[in-house]
Amino acid sequence: MHELSIATSIVSVAQQEAAARGVEVEAVHLRLGALSGVVVDSLLFGYEVASQGTPLEGTRLLIEEVPLTIYCPSCQAEVELEGIQSLRCPRCGELSGEIRRGKELEIVALEVKD
Amino acid sequence: MTKTPRILEVRANVLKDNDLLARSMRLRFAQTGTLVLNLVSSPGSGKTTLLRRTLLELGQRYRVAALVGDLATDNDAKRLAESGAPVRQIETKTLCHLEAHMIEEHLQNWDLRQIDILFIENVGNLVCPSSWDLGEDLRIALFSTTEGEDKPLKYPTLINTADIALITKIDLAEAVEFDREAMYQNLREMRPGIEILEVSGKRGTGMAAWLERLERALKAKRGQH
Ligand SMILES: Nc1nc2c(ncn2[C@@H]2O[C@H](COP(=O)(O)OP(=O)(O)OP(=O)(O)O)[C@@H](O)[C@H]2O)c(=O)[nH]1
Ligand SMILES: [Mg+2]
Ligand SMILES: [Zn+2]
Repeated sequence: MHELSIATSIVSVAQQEAAARGVEVEAVHLRLGALSGVVVDSLLFGYEVASQGTPLEGTRLLIEEVPLTIYCPSCQAEVELEGIQSLRCPRCGELSGEIRRGKELEIVALEVKD
Repeated sequence: MTKTPRILEVRANVLKDNDLLARSMRLRFAQTGTLVLNLVSSPGSGKTTLLRRTLLELGQRYRVAALVGDLATDNDAKRLAESGAPVRQIETKTLCHLEAHMIEEHLQNWDLRQIDILFIENVGNLVCPSSWDLGEDLRIALFSTTEGEDKPLKYPTLINTADIALITKIDLAEAVEFDREAMYQNLREMRPGIEILEVSGKRGTGMAAWLERLERALKAKRGQH
């Protein structure tokens, strides 16, 4: 289960960002792509484990899931996909290797104490 | 009444430390002209078997070396070392994947200028290794004929980050009624146009094309054609 490793990185990166700004964290906002290979429930559990005994113990991890989105050259448009089993455009049936969104694994915001 | 929380915008890639280190290692590999390959697959797909033969055959013309990730044992490292090539084991204990810092640590005291091709056998796992860049030039995903043709669909993240797909244990294709067409299609649904090679590490089938592909990658890296 690599979610524990990922969670450990989240805790450490969030703490670095908080320390650099001189703030105390209450919640971490994470953007998670459908194709990031990370399972949400495992990550939430991993976060609890990884934050124990750190300044982030007791803080929340809020996850925004980002669907897989390709650019379809035939339709000349960005198209959101339902699953992650195929990069085929649901409108025209063409395959596209151009992934625009869905691989994210990034901290986008910190909720902090006043 | 609850106060609206104070929210600070940040933009930080969760794996940035790994990515930064991988990038600096990639620079080092470029300076020494070392081609680096990261082999990923589910447990038992045939990584060690193929690698052992690859080291033996390529070792006659190139200076090859291998790092092998393994949860607990050094069996794979021993099998690979039989080829005569320098081999180091990375014991990952409970960790299901390799990270860039482990590669850096285990390269200590190896003179990369003396290594043409470095192979990294990742931990047998089709999920976890995908997220960690090891500074490799090519990520090779192995799927054996015995695993079923739908494997790529079940592990889209891995196949989407692979550069080459190797279908292994091709000697067993007939016995398990391997559906080649379905496999190719499933691979390309998540990685359009991916290069696919078929090999048997056990019998040696397809080795020539695989070795030729590696040689081509090495020459391309060194700017020779
Ligand atoms: N018939 C056949 N068997 C193979 C082939 N390659 C590997 N095997 C067998 O498959 C089993 C696993 O092979 P390994 O090479 O150890 O696989 P691996 O991917 O290194 O396994 P882990 O490191 O444990 O993930 C062994 O019993 C091998 O003998 C092949 O090309 N043909
Ligand atoms: Mg092995
Ligand atoms: Zn389209």
